Amino acid sequence: MSKADILGNIRRGLKRGEATPAQKAAATRRINAHKATIIPKRSQLDQAGQIQLFRDMASGAAAEIIDIESLSDLPSAAAEWLNKHDFKTLVSASDQCLNELDWSALGDIKREQRIAQSGDLASLTTSMAGIAETGTLMLYSRPESPTTLNFLPDCHLVVLRESTIVGSYEDAWQMVREQNPDGMPRTVNMITGPSRSADIGQKLQMGAHGPCVLVIFLLKDV
Amino acid sequence: MPNPTQNPKVGLFVTCLADMFRPSVAFATVKLLEAAGCKVEVPENQTCCGQPAYNSGDKATTADIARQTIEAFDGYEYIVGPSGSCIGMLHYYPDLFEENDPWKKRAEDLKSRAYEITQFLTDIVDFDRINAAFEGTITYHDSCSGLRQLGVKQQPRKLLSKVDNLTLNEMEEAETCCGFGGTFCVKYPDISNRMVSNKTQYISDSGATTLVGGDLGCLLNMAGKLKREGKQIQARHVVEILAGMTDTPAIGEAEYELANEL
Amino acid sequence: MQIKSPQFKENARIALHNVELQEALGQFKHGFPVNRANAIKRLPEFEDLRDEARDLKNHIIQNLDIYLEQFEDNVVKNGGHVHWCSTAEDANKAILDICKQVDAKTITKGKSMVSEETGLNEYLEANGVRPVETDLGEYILQLRDDHPSHIIAPAIHLNVNDVSETFHEHHKRPKTGDPQALMKEAREVLRKEFVSADVGLTGANFLVAETGSTIIVTNEGNGDLTQTLPKTHIVITSIEKVVPTLEDMSLFLRLLARSATGQEFTVYNTLSTGPKRDTDQDGPENFHVVLVDNGRSEMVGTEFQDMLRCIRCSSCMNHCPVYGAVGGHSYGWVYPGPMGSVLTPKMIGIDKAAHLPNASTSCGKCEEVCPVRIPLPKMMRHWREKEFEKHLTPKTVRFGIAGWAFFAKRPALYRWLARSSAWFMSTVAGKKGRIKKLPLAGGWTDWRDMPAPQGKTFMDQWKAASSAKQQAEK
Repeated sequence: MSKADILGNIRRGLKRGEATPAQKAAATRRINAHKATIIPKRSQLDQAGQIQLFRDMASGAAAEIIDIESLSDLPSAAAEWLNKHDFKTLVSASDQCLNELDWSALGDIKREQRIAQSGDLASLTTSMAGIAETGTLMLYSRPESPTTLNFLPDCHLVVLRESTIVGSYEDAWQMVREQNPDGMPRTVNMITGPSRSADIGQKLQMGAHGPCVLVIFLLKDV
Repeated sequence: MPNPTQNPKVGLFVTCLADMFRPSVAFATVKLLEAAGCKVEVPENQTCCGQPAYNSGDKATTADIARQTIEAFDGYEYIVGPSGSCIGMLHYYPDLFEENDPWKKRAEDLKSRAYEITQFLTDIVDFDRINAAFEGTITYHDSCSGLRQLGVKQQPRKLLSKVDNLTLNEMEEAETCCGFGGTFCVKYPDISNRMVSNKTQYISDSGATTLVGGDLGCLLNMAGKLKREGKQIQARHVVEILAGMTDTPAIGEAEYELANEL
Repeated sequence: MQIKSPQFKENARIALHNVELQEALGQFKHGFPVNRANAIKRLPEFEDLRDEARDLKNHIIQNLDIYLEQFEDNVVKNGGHVHWCSTAEDANKAILDICKQVDAKTITKGKSMVSEETGLNEYLEANGVRPVETDLGEYILQLRDDHPSHIIAPAIHLNVNDVSETFHEHHKRPKTGDPQALMKEAREVLRKEFVSADVGLTGANFLVAETGSTIIVTNEGNGDLTQTLPKTHIVITSIEKVVPTLEDMSLFLRLLARSATGQEFTVYNTLSTGPKRDTDQDGPENFHVVLVDNGRSEMVGTEFQDMLRCIRCSSCMNHCPVYGAVGGHSYGWVYPGPMGSVLTPKMIGIDKAAHLPNASTSCGKCEEVCPVRIPLPKMMRHWREKEFEKHLTPKTVRFGIAGWAFFAKRPALYRWLARSSAWFMSTVAGKKGRIKKLPLAGGWTDWRDMPAPQGKTFMDQWKAASSAKQQAEK
């Protein structure tokens, strides 16, 4: 009933009845074209330029960037960071590339592959892409990478391959489509720096509800 | 840029406030237009631009006044006035008439000929032979309609830069509304007061001794507040300075004040 | 929410005398507007993006029914449900029904202005479901039994001390004046709510027709916890938020954060598409979209259609000198500032909301900063026209306009009126050049002096000079 009323009002306002097949087809064509509008020049750079822009923008959004030369350096780099903050557990995504690593560098720190729970201090995930334009990470929900890892723990550690840094959001959407031919994953997260709020007395504070710290392990693979 | 005839015939849109409060502003406008080579006439049948009715939602009355104004200015190459707000109202006239109403076309035509004075001098007749001097530091308030509707921003500054000895100190938030808003200032006087109080603070912070602007409504509002606050800052319409007509007392001041100061 | 818009003048008077509020508003204008200006300087394409966004929104409105149905199809295809709701009551009822289906006792809420519009919290409470606001600002307001005074910074009217008092009272912990400690306290308290809630409700900034996705844009991450942890995720949103594609959404996202807070990008932009997949380890099992109309569909094809372009960035109120003077609560209902002055009369009636579109100087700053170029001053004037047509305009204004119009339509009489007024005021002013108190003009002279007219009107002087000139020529 409501649906008919709402659509009826809209059509009356547009001075037409239900859209004709031609009108519907035009809308569908427009959708399928996935045409981008204006992509800011700022991100239209060569790969090296995009990597640098990503660094600048992500740092500007208060993300911490740690360079690693190869993925096999990740366990020791993560261990160093976790030890510095005296964390005893790392809740981790179970991507194959992570599981294949030798994690003995963690020593006493436990790496647990599960969803995040209230009280977890640090999590580790990979990311699909980095978007240079605003220093944004793009992640999506997968069986190996539950979404709670991105939000519940106090600190979120993310691996980003330099080869997956793209210029614009549009480039990233194209990657999402290619990697998910059957349709969108349940959740796509675009993350730009750690959680924050200025709701108390207009004073910006980091760490509202999501992670207080966002660490990006930037993997040199290009 | 349009290509005006050698000595264009200009109809002066006096504006109510210049007519009633400050004729010197209208005379200064005439002086500038004549200096720019225009032949100036003052059509007898003009009154108000219609803004009070327009802003109160009375479209029928506004349209009546619009028709009267359109007729009054028939035959003039340009219509020029010392107010971005009133000239801006003339630019709204086409919105008052339906598509097939013959008045719509006439309103469009009027709109295409109507200019605020500093805009006309700068953008239309390319006049900058300002022959005036002003001792002192001024600050310039950008009135809303002129600024946002007509794009008046650089024109008065460009002309003022030709005035000898004049220094312009820009104030903070020069583009923020002063709180006049026509009937707004009497319908919501305490809100208007808050806004004009912010404004006078910025004006005095600029260090200027004279406030200059292009709309008498805003100037009466700000001058009235400056006086009430006891601030020793004068207020003048930009054409008074450009025409070198600053021998009259400033807005809200009297002859004897000048005498006292001297 | 109780409608207090008819008392706008009184609300404003109180707000102007509220020292703490004035301090907060003074601070506020140096925040978002300055950040926005800086962000725009860094993006040369900003103005072109605004044009694109305006045109795209217009295209969407022309095809609104098509895109909404495509959106619905895709939500359903992904296992979700869409509830079409004509009115606020329909929406509240649909949400309560979902809560009953899953036997919900507690519902965590991300920030949603549409839910403020429908009065959802009051409705749920009255029906035995406990809503818990999780946006920090909204949470503070809920504890205080208060309402948002701004659409993206809801507690902008409160200072640190207010929050400190409120938390101390409700959390029963030692008092602190440190914003970081206060935020941590809220984080701890709300963790328990996030984890134990039965339903999570969020708003949506955009709905993507192509995929059936909804997107939330938040800095805190509360919306993500709200929609990820409970078994049921409800999205309450409104019909004008649909966009065709992810690319189209990206255009608006480029404008939204910059126009709102002046950030390059908001921290979390999260898309939700249907419930959790069978192989997912977490996420909600049920996904509902409650699609609210509440008068919007009736705006299509009217002089208020352009308002449907609004993306709720708050730039208009951030830059509005009237909002900056009186704050959001003065407007007396959900949406404050210029966008509220256009929307509110549609939703609660122009008879109740008449002050809102009138309390504007038409300075045009709102239109200047609107990312989708909504002609807000023009639409506020349209509401004044509606008010005038319905004879709702106050008698004093009507008579005033009628009296003035009588003269303005008769040039000779107008001359006389100007001459008499100029003479009268110059006489009252005497030699002082200004008037301290003028009968019937207390609105002016209570606050400022009235500069006196110079004396004779221009028209009289011009006429005299012209005839003298003609005499001389003879």
